[in-house]
Amino acid sequence: MIGLWSVPLLFALPLALGILTLLATPAWRPRLSLAGLPLLLAASAAAFLDLALSGPGIYRLGDWPAPLGINLNVDGLSAGMVVMTAVVAALCAAYARSYLRDYPASASFFWPLFWFLWAGMNGIWLAEDIFNLYVGLEVMGLAAVGMVALRATPQALAAAMRYLLAALLGSLAYLLGVALLYGAYGTLSMAGLQHVAADNPTTQVALALIILGLLLKTALFPLHAWLPPAHGGALTPVSALLSALVVKGSFYILLRLWLVLGPEVTPAFTAQLLGVLGAGAVFYGGWMAWRQHLLKQLVAYSTVAQIGYLFLFFPLVTGTGAEAARLAWDGTMMMLVAHALAKAALFLSAGNLILAVGSSQIGHLVGISRFRPLSLFSFGLAGVSLMGLPPSGGFTGKWLLLHSAILSGQWWWLIVLFLGGLLSAAYIFKVFRMSFREGPQIDRSVPPPLTMDVAAMILAASAIVIGLTAHLPLHWLRAGALLGGG
Amino acid sequence: MDWNALILFGVPATSLIASAVIFLLAESRHTLRSVFNLVAAVLKLLLVVWIIWGVYQNVDYELRFTIIDGVDFILRADALGMMFVGLSSLLWLFTTIYAIGYLEDAPNRSRFFGFFSLCVASTVGIALAGNLFTFLLFYELLTLSTYPLVVHRGTRESLRAGQVYLYYTLGGGALLLFGVVALHVLVGDTEFVPGGVLSGLDASLHPMLVVIFVMMVVGLGVKAALFPLHAWLPMAMVAPAPVSALLHAVAVVKAGAFGIARVVYDVYGIEFTFSLGLLGPLAVAAAITILYGSFRALAQDDLKKRLAFSTVSQVSYIVLGITLFGPVGTLGGLVHLLHQGLMKITLFFCAGNYAETLGVHKISELDGTGQRMPATSVAFTLGAFGMIGIPPMAGFISKWYLGMGALHANMNWVLAVLILSSLLNAAYFLPILYRIWFRTRNKPWCEEKALGRHETTLWLLVPTLATAGFALIAGLLAGMPFSPLYWADLIVSREYLQ
Amino acid sequence: MSGALAFAWSGVLLFGLGLFGFIMHRHLLRRLLAFNIMGSGSFLVLVGLAQDGRGVDPVPHAMVITGIVVAVASTALALVVFRRWYRASGRTDLPEDT
Repeated sequence: MIGLWSVPLLFALPLALGILTLLATPAWRPRLSLAGLPLLLAASAAAFLDLALSGPGIYRLGDWPAPLGINLNVDGLSAGMVVMTAVVAALCAAYARSYLRDYPASASFFWPLFWFLWAGMNGIWLAEDIFNLYVGLEVMGLAAVGMVALRATPQALAAAMRYLLAALLGSLAYLLGVALLYGAYGTLSMAGLQHVAADNPTTQVALALIILGLLLKTALFPLHAWLPPAHGGALTPVSALLSALVVKGSFYILLRLWLVLGPEVTPAFTAQLLGVLGAGAVFYGGWMAWRQHLLKQLVAYSTVAQIGYLFLFFPLVTGTGAEAARLAWDGTMMMLVAHALAKAALFLSAGNLILAVGSSQIGHLVGISRFRPLSLFSFGLAGVSLMGLPPSGGFTGKWLLLHSAILSGQWWWLIVLFLGGLLSAAYIFKVFRMSFREGPQIDRSVPPPLTMDVAAMILAASAIVIGLTAHLPLHWLRAGALLGGG
Repeated sequence: MDWNALILFGVPATSLIASAVIFLLAESRHTLRSVFNLVAAVLKLLLVVWIIWGVYQNVDYELRFTIIDGVDFILRADALGMMFVGLSSLLWLFTTIYAIGYLEDAPNRSRFFGFFSLCVASTVGIALAGNLFTFLLFYELLTLSTYPLVVHRGTRESLRAGQVYLYYTLGGGALLLFGVVALHVLVGDTEFVPGGVLSGLDASLHPMLVVIFVMMVVGLGVKAALFPLHAWLPMAMVAPAPVSALLHAVAVVKAGAFGIARVVYDVYGIEFTFSLGLLGPLAVAAAITILYGSFRALAQDDLKKRLAFSTVSQVSYIVLGITLFGPVGTLGGLVHLLHQGLMKITLFFCAGNYAETLGVHKISELDGTGQRMPATSVAFTLGAFGMIGIPPMAGFISKWYLGMGALHANMNWVLAVLILSSLLNAAYFLPILYRIWFRTRNKPWCEEKALGRHETTLWLLVPTLATAGFALIAGLLAGMPFSPLYWADLIVSREYLQ
Repeated sequence: MSGALAFAWSGVLLFGLGLFGFIMHRHLLRRLLAFNIMGSGSFLVLVGLAQDGRGVDPVPHAMVITGIVVAVASTALALVVFRRWYRASGRTDLPEDT
């Protein structure tokens, strides 16, 4: 492999920037951060190029051998996540720079936390062993909690506290599972576990603890209660980062572990159960989103619903044919990436709309389409992807999942995809309906800085474009796939 | 990329780019917007004429790239598609001219024209789609781009209509998606091929194919306003007149009818559909819709509502023609796709002229409009005669071939339906004509506006007269080369000679 | 049962106790303490299980040290958030819990 220098930089840079921004005076924090963004973007792109040119591989940090050294796993999935994180985080950072001018008190700690969050996420994407996954999960989780608390209103603090409790409980369950696995097999590496793990009660209890902990952190229905206040109540760029990226962290671990261990050691119904919970999330989240009166709460509940789609992965990939499993993998990847882009765009444009009308009530958006068409258009494009309507990443993902469900004969998931799409259309169009209504003809809107509109627009447009060019990202994401050894 | 693919791409791209530019233009840049809009429309028309000539010469126009493994995005110009493209780009030009006049000084014009162009782009995409996936892509895009047009006025009533429109079209779209995916699982990427691609499948799959067919036709039938999936269409009348004109004559209902034609001819193949026994039930559904629409039209006093129910009825002529197994019936159905578009858009333009100039919305208020607005009224009369099927109007040609097709296909009951519906057409159009021409006005107009030196502004009058003229010429010169009938004949010969 | 396994079982017991406290208590400080007990429990499992039958293994120690650092950091963050919440609302529990 060439150019592997970029891989350690993926942690070293954000950690260094996190510490630097913490030491700098508040005025210098955004400047330092903006200077750091291109560096990290370049490192992410280099890691990706590395994968594209020389294929997947393992990178040993400091050349220490495992288990004391840290192995980093660069394959299609992890490199894809690194790039996705880089794109979304960079645009959210650009947005935050303008947005935070109105929140000087919160702004000072946003930047250090932002960098620690990024470091934690990159740690998760690249970790090869289950303990470093824990560390990454904690770094990311604590930074995320700190970001929710930034707003410092009682509601935000309560939401942060609740989020923290859920996150701590989740990671302890995960840690206990890790302890059991290490005790039983003496290895932490996922590849190692795949070879030695056997179908016995210890493994099952350990995996059950790990799965439960991760479900809590991913906010899968019915363990989702902490998510809407935390994501809906935070500062807008924080909401976008949390909904688009952070929930994906724990899902990503679950997905990797499942492919390594799941089908062999869990009872047959586990995959179906995860699918059923996902279906519950799609329905409940969609229904609750439709009932919200606050714009950002609606978007937050939409995250609860969209997480549900990702969990259809498990029943579709377990015990089905190779073709159906490949389609399910592709579909889930597409859903994951498209949701990250679309949800970030949705939160950012919702933030723009809220700034424009000066109220977070959906009911106050009357007539906004006349004054802030660009913000509304980004919201609409992102909504198209979330509804799974073509042409968008959400549609392509849904197409692949439908295909996989029919091919594996599990027609009941079709109903979930069908009703889920209609429910999401219901809540997205609820916002639109209001914006098209003709109300008092006063332009209350304060034009937000152009950067904020452009950041939302780029994210929304990428959510659309990725659906039309899906075979390229899907091809890369499959590199070194865990699926079927292929 | 070769030139032909680029030219083909230009057809949807002209309206797509127009839409993007219009969205970005400030609300106040009226002149620039109009100029840009018209230039794009003319450019598109030129491209389309060029391609039609090429298709006639059997030149291949194709553009394809891979979306995901096993699924391609394909645009391809074939005779059937170009017929629909020709109709929509011609009428886009006239509707744009009309809309510029109609929306003078109205708010939100930037939004309106942006979505208007997007709507045309998706219609053209539907027509040029080379496989079911691409078709579905544009079919759903059409739903999204028409919603803002339906709710454009932003009143409670239009929002309600928009909501109903979404219920129907999104539900139908989801059903269509299921059908398409299921077909994809069975046979892979389903490209449109004259004569269909499914007839070789194993007989054990036939029940599955029937289910898929039903799902797809129901999904398409929503937009084609087949009974009982038509309820959104009369409600959508609250939209501004150019939108109604576009919805009824070109974009939405035609997309549904065109989709059914694609599925029957180019996916299943007409003979295979016939052998599965699916044409009969579809014919019955179309016949019921024809009669139901006509009966409901009789009872409406609102002019646009009556025209809307008339659309419900008339679009099903196209579906009926498709179901008549045999070249003549197909000819009648396909040619009606064009003829109905020309006639119906004329009628809606006229209704808009009456409403905009005189404030007349109801049929009972139409007394004496013939004297006040003679040119508009002549256009209306031509359109109405066409709908009834009086020679030499275009509608007569369609009905003639439909009737002949029914005889050829040994479906004599269809003849009865045609005659009955023509009588009903006459019953709901002739009273309007009577009021327009033979009653005199004895009270002032509802809200008369002086628009220009003529009976109304030329922006409104010229497109109306032009489309009326086209509807007349299409009937008079049906035997000439490149008339709608001639082109439909070309399609039929390519479709049945497989 | 070997000695090391006894440590592991006490770890499980501590974890269970902690979990019980975490769920039953409303006062946030108590929940935080319960969380720390759970953490200690899982560290004990980690060290205890690994020593069983394989002789001395340095890896769990490295992990436990990392784990303790993480637990301290989480506790510190939780205390900061708790203090601000208490100052802002005057409450020691979360509103939805009562």
